[in-house]
Amino acid sequence: MSAALYVDALDLGAGAVLVCAVTTLWRRDLRANVSLLATQGVALGAVAGVQAARTGDAGLAVVAVLVLAAKGIAIPKLLSAVVRRDPRSRETAPLVNVPASLVAAGMLVVVAFLASSRLTALLPGSTARLAPLGLATVLVGFLVLVIRRKAVSQIIGLLLVDNGIALVAFVLTAGVPLVVELGASLDVLLVVVVLRLLAARMHTRFGPVDPDQLRELHD
Amino acid sequence: MRVLAVLAVVVIPLAAGATALVPWRQWAGWATTVANGTVLALGILLAVDTAHHHAIVAAGGALRADALSSFMVVVIGAVALLTSWQAVRYLQGEVERGRSSRRHASLYIVLVQVFVSCMLLAVLAADLGVMWVAVEATTIATTFLVGHRRTDGALEASWKYVIICSVGIALAFLGTVLVYFAALHVGGHAVGGGHVVAGGRTAAQGVGVLDWTSLMAHAHQLDPGVMRLAMALIVLGYGTKVGLTPMHSWLPDAHSQAPAPVSALMSGVLLSVAFYAILRFKAIADGALGHDYTRVLLVVLGLGSLLVAASLLIAQRDYKRMLAYSSVEHMGLIALGAAAGSSLAIAAVLLHILGHALAKTVLFLTSGEIMQVEGTSEIARVSALVSRRPALGGIFGVGLVALLGLPPFSLFVSELTMVRAEVAVGLGWVAAVSLVLMAVVFAAMTAHGRHLLLGGASPTDRAAPSPRVVTIPLVAALVACAAIGVVAWPLQSLLHAAARVVAG
Repeated sequence: MSAALYVDALDLGAGAVLVCAVTTLWRRDLRANVSLLATQGVALGAVAGVQAARTGDAGLAVVAVLVLAAKGIAIPKLLSAVVRRDPRSRETAPLVNVPASLVAAGMLVVVAFLASSRLTALLPGSTARLAPLGLATVLVGFLVLVIRRKAVSQIIGLLLVDNGIALVAFVLTAGVPLVVELGASLDVLLVVVVLRLLAARMHTRFGPVDPDQLRELHD
Repeated sequence: MRVLAVLAVVVIPLAAGATALVPWRQWAGWATTVANGTVLALGILLAVDTAHHHAIVAAGGALRADALSSFMVVVIGAVALLTSWQAVRYLQGEVERGRSSRRHASLYIVLVQVFVSCMLLAVLAADLGVMWVAVEATTIATTFLVGHRRTDGALEASWKYVIICSVGIALAFLGTVLVYFAALHVGGHAVGGGHVVAGGRTAAQGVGVLDWTSLMAHAHQLDPGVMRLAMALIVLGYGTKVGLTPMHSWLPDAHSQAPAPVSALMSGVLLSVAFYAILRFKAIADGALGHDYTRVLLVVLGLGSLLVAASLLIAQRDYKRMLAYSSVEHMGLIALGAAAGSSLAIAAVLLHILGHALAKTVLFLTSGEIMQVEGTSEIARVSALVSRRPALGGIFGVGLVALLGLPPFSLFVSELTMVRAEVAVGLGWVAAVSLVLMAVVFAAMTAHGRHLLLGGASPTDRAAPSPRVVTIPLVAALVACAAIGVVAWPLQSLLHAAARVVAG
């Protein structure tokens, strides 16, 4: 592949990661959100794969396959099992309505570009210029965490944050050292498993209640 | 031999946890107690060694014990020993009362040992990325421990705990990635050596770039713009796990809902292990940015924590939550001490970490016993403990005196030294504000403690069976806390060696 093609592929993948995040804000159907998360995982795996091909880094190629398997397939599968059990699998009452949250997302993207100006300036003309897209994904993930109330939505918000960070790592440094990458991926996978178990336990104990409505502990 | 000791420290707790894979038997609990005691002994061995010599490297450079790491191993070992000793009784009681199955009890043992092992790995990891992995793994191990009692409140607390801490710690990972990025681009050369492909890694696959020693050696060459962003993310991220305001909201819930030995482990050491991560990064950031940047961050978070803790302690109704907010207060004090950043200040911070760990462990363990016999954690419904349950009330009272920073306990010395160090570096106003807030906390906790220990006998005084408190280890912990406060000599050289590691 030519160098220009690599760059195009990276642009496309990184763009797709952010688009999936913003679209999550737009869709309130949880099933749609889970498939968006799967798409984002595939895009992220593709970014890692392209970087691996570009730098000829075998370790990163392994990471790309793992990202694809974990974030593109395994984690969405875990979440869709939870969603299927909930008959009204919609985010019925987010704290902020959809148009307002989309406007907020637009502002967060601007903030991300401003905050990462220093990162992109350090290596002009490299893939580091895609770092703002990752940072914007992190911020949109935060927004989802704050305004969505269902358990699954909060897990999705957490994963958006995580995917955004992974994107920053892939475009800035072509990934962190392999052992750290593997450890971090394992941690994320375990966190999702733990959250899923807790969500299931909450479902059997309280019925279809959002974690937001649990108010036993307070001062 | 010394290298083996470093490895053994991480492996022994795990091995002991494996013995509990069979359904709960009391001997499995004692096995973990012995294992954690061994960790403490090995930690002291390492501390004696590293206080005067160079760092010890093990496992092909993956593990590294310097004076600071060894000090943290000692703190973790001490609290782990105290809590697993107590946990044997706690679990046996739960199983006998039918509140917990044998399998559930052994799950507790396994998770606690994984938790302890992860903390030890975090403080011994040479690579800051591996340290992150270990700290995040503690969240996973402790989630089900927080929810161990399987009540509604415990479930709510564990959900909140995982979500907030995972998000926080994710920020710390982003910060770590940025530090890695800065290190890869030191004048076009990676810190580990070799040439950098634009946006790519070195031929050496970036191995060793996140190694703390090599980062420290090149700290002044790291790009200041990137490091500013990175350090803000790291302080916020690990700060979530430390329980600094405004990211503290998981802490009182998790600490009040978890079983007492788990609360003690979390409050006594987990918070400090997360703070240890901030200290390591602070040393690098100070090299790249000078002292002021991290100092401002830590002063803001530290004073905020003190303020929130003080205001929520005044009208606190629950004694376990009272202890939890007191942890927020002490972490705030530690953040302010670290903000001062001089060698003296860091030595005081470390002494405070040890003193807080001992006092808070004793208090959480006794509060667990109090809750078991009184059946409530409301302050208003428990009183006159000293006359009704002298052993329990006495230990709780002495623990409270230690925690409030009265002499002869070591917290008095460390708080005084931190304040002195703050004044010495020109943070006099910070020291003044913190003293006022500490006075508020002191008054609030004294009032609550007075009611719990001396207040008029409550009308609901039931004749519950007197608890067989495990007094020996708790008294030993308090005596140690006082002894360190009176004669700091066994620790002095270690504390100064450890402080020199991060304070230059």
